[in-house]
Amino acid sequence: MKFPILPEQASTTAVQVDYLFWFLTGLSALLMLIIFGPMIYFLFKYRRLNLVDRHLPDFPTHRIEITWSVIPLFIVLGIFVWGSSVFYSMARVPSQGLEINVVGKQWMWHIQHAEGNREINELHVPVGQTVKLTLASEDVIHSFYLPAFRIKQDVVPGRYRTEWFQATKTGTFPLYCAEYCGTFHSGMIGRVFVMSPTAYEQWLERGQPGDSLAQSGERLFRELGCSGCHMGNSTIRAPRLEGLFGKPVPLQNGTIVRADEKYIRDSILLPQLQITAGYEPLMPTFQGRLSEDQLFQIIAYIKSLGAKTPQPLP
Amino acid sequence: MNATETAPCADVAPEYGHESENYLHQHTIKSWLLTTDHKRIGILYLLSIIFFFAIAAFAAAIMRLELLTPAGDLVHSDTYNKLFTIHGVLMVWFFLIPSIPAVLGNFVIPMMIGARDVAFPKLNLLSWYLFMMGGACALYSILVGGVDTGWTFYTPYSSTYSNSHVVSMAAGIFIAGFGSILTGLNFIVTVHTMRAPGLTWFRLPLFIWSLYATSLILVLATPILAITLGLMAVERLWGIGIFNPHVGGDPVLFQHLFWFYSHPAVYIMILPGMGVVSEVITCFSRKQMFGYAYVAFASLAIAFIGFLVWGHHMFVAGQSVYAGLFFSLLSFLVAIPSGIKVFNWTATLYKGSISFETPMLYSLAFIGLFSLGGLTGLFLATLSVDVHLTDTYFIVAHFHYIMVGGMVTGFMAGLHYWWPKISGRMYPEKAGQLAALVTFIGFNLTFFPQFVLGYLGMPRRYHAYPPEFQIYNVLSTAGASVLGVGYLLPVIYLIWSLKHGKIAERNPWKATGLEWKTSSPPPVHNFEETPVVGEGPYNYPRLDHEDLEHA
Repeated sequence: MKFPILPEQASTTAVQVDYLFWFLTGLSALLMLIIFGPMIYFLFKYRRLNLVDRHLPDFPTHRIEITWSVIPLFIVLGIFVWGSSVFYSMARVPSQGLEINVVGKQWMWHIQHAEGNREINELHVPVGQTVKLTLASEDVIHSFYLPAFRIKQDVVPGRYRTEWFQATKTGTFPLYCAEYCGTFHSGMIGRVFVMSPTAYEQWLERGQPGDSLAQSGERLFRELGCSGCHMGNSTIRAPRLEGLFGKPVPLQNGTIVRADEKYIRDSILLPQLQITAGYEPLMPTFQGRLSEDQLFQIIAYIKSLGAKTPQPLP
Repeated sequence: MNATETAPCADVAPEYGHESENYLHQHTIKSWLLTTDHKRIGILYLLSIIFFFAIAAFAAAIMRLELLTPAGDLVHSDTYNKLFTIHGVLMVWFFLIPSIPAVLGNFVIPMMIGARDVAFPKLNLLSWYLFMMGGACALYSILVGGVDTGWTFYTPYSSTYSNSHVVSMAAGIFIAGFGSILTGLNFIVTVHTMRAPGLTWFRLPLFIWSLYATSLILVLATPILAITLGLMAVERLWGIGIFNPHVGGDPVLFQHLFWFYSHPAVYIMILPGMGVVSEVITCFSRKQMFGYAYVAFASLAIAFIGFLVWGHHMFVAGQSVYAGLFFSLLSFLVAIPSGIKVFNWTATLYKGSISFETPMLYSLAFIGLFSLGGLTGLFLATLSVDVHLTDTYFIVAHFHYIMVGGMVTGFMAGLHYWWPKISGRMYPEKAGQLAALVTFIGFNLTFFPQFVLGYLGMPRRYHAYPPEFQIYNVLSTAGASVLGVGYLLPVIYLIWSLKHGKIAERNPWKATGLEWKTSSPPPVHNFEETPVVGEGPYNYPRLDHEDLEHA
């Protein structure tokens, strides 16, 4: 039987979290000693049958109480600041990085790379490079947990969540679903393969994906008839999608939103929610007609149009 | 509302018999089921919660056996999921929440404040009936096939995807919740209006302060739970989109609502234990409580801040970074009043005259286990560390240190402390001390390895797990069997003591509280004449230290 004591430490975040963890462990041990050292001494010394001086001195009670309230207050505030600053850096997703889409569904993880490679319950990534995961759920809440990287993010249906890491060593590391999701929750596990960049390139090629994510999205875009309104010389006035991604979009209600993944997802599934200024609310909903995987493909396609110049409206 | 309401209601009064007869003198089933005597209602609760504890503990035993090996080979994963749901639901709502408040609180609060009963005796009985109706609903849900959502009922799993008896289980919790609300209300009014002459607020025992704080939480938080479970049931039954995103709902909203109740509920599950410990530590070290007012206000502070920290259950659920920072900071602040209590208990021991009867052993175990539970809470309040530890066995270990190591240990301390008053008999001391020791060892062996498991990354609610985690699960299961013995022993010797225990005196511990100024067991109306209070609590006479100084 194995006797592991420390989890593998395989990301830049893991290093920072572990410093904190071991600091807290040391602090806890020290505090236990400070509390229970005197306590055990009192229990021994003042046991009933022991004849000792039990005359109580006059205590400055208030001063003592304030002392043992204020000192712990400063200690916990210190931990708060340290813990929060690490969290802040974890929560800020780097702008550059390898983007991978993850869909959780009862009870598996479906992963799509931009090049078109797909995998189930396995994630191949290059070492030393920032990897950004966009997470979606097909059904209930799951949680994408990579203990060796010390990161975890709930995957909530109807939302996109992001999680990022930078692996520091090659190897195979566990992947778990950490939010209870039904019958085979404990089977919703997998592995992360951290590879050297060249091995990763070879792995991508070996996969022979055929279409890239954006190409699959383009095919869907035509099959579903999106192109009928959003492209070419349609008679129906619909917003053009070239050059859209990442840009501000003025809405009918006067607000302005940024055209990110969430905006495009919402516009496909809940088109009445955000009407672009100057357009009629004609778009039908695609709720229930698209899987999360397909949504990722369409978004990848619309993203790929982001660099193009919008055509003038007819 | 005034003191005259303490008089027994006219229609049941004849059954009470003479004032001087003790409260146990009637033996008919009717006399129990229609009683409005707070002491008898306390005993009804005691028997009920032991029943639910037994079922929940049995579920835990099967889970621990399943986890002995990495493969999921003892029960099906659906069964396992139902077992941890049953364990959580029954332990939280049908054991821990009523444990100290409804059993010991009911039994001793009126006596501690020199009253004849609680303010609304009939309402008190109604609380028990609501509790039992809720319990019956929960048992029905289990018998017809169980529930597999976990005690947290997270949506949209519970409201849409689960194929189990979610609504009837939620209904059980909903109904039992009204019992909690009424109990809390009863205690608040009782403490406000029925204190004996001279018993001012700062002469109240700390047990009263902590149960007063608990009652505030019960009254303020439980309705939120009722609403939350109600909304979940509405979505499940009629598909009205509240939490399910496919019909326009927000699954995270459920978590906000649920934890807005359930985090304060965690303090329902620890404050009463702290109250017991304050009584026991002073009694068995024969000392005035160090920093009485600080300990009393710490209870209220914990109750208040406890309402503002719910978001720390959702650090990885996707709430905004700034909400995370806010909830993290407030969670750290809760540590301060908890720390104050621990420091004051320790200081109370200084220059005391300490003896180690069973209630004292349990109370010392409480301080140790609660402290470790609290310190590991610092890990979880730390945002970046929580990301790794949340939803792993680290959480499981942490809250068991608080709820079992804290509350259950506090309950055992209180049960032994007041057992002579409840039963009129002494429990066997050596057996009690042994049980306290066995429980302490078994508890630590069960739950300490789970801290390591959590740091290693083992997620909770896993029916099967990777083999590298096995060693700690084996230790944990071994500990659970020791812990089982620790809980079985008191059942055996307490029942034994009912017939064979030494007859208890009025005040076997030479304690100061008003509950010890009446006979054991007490008469129906607690006191032959209303006591008058002229001093603060815990005024234990100094030992004659002239002899001792020369020792």
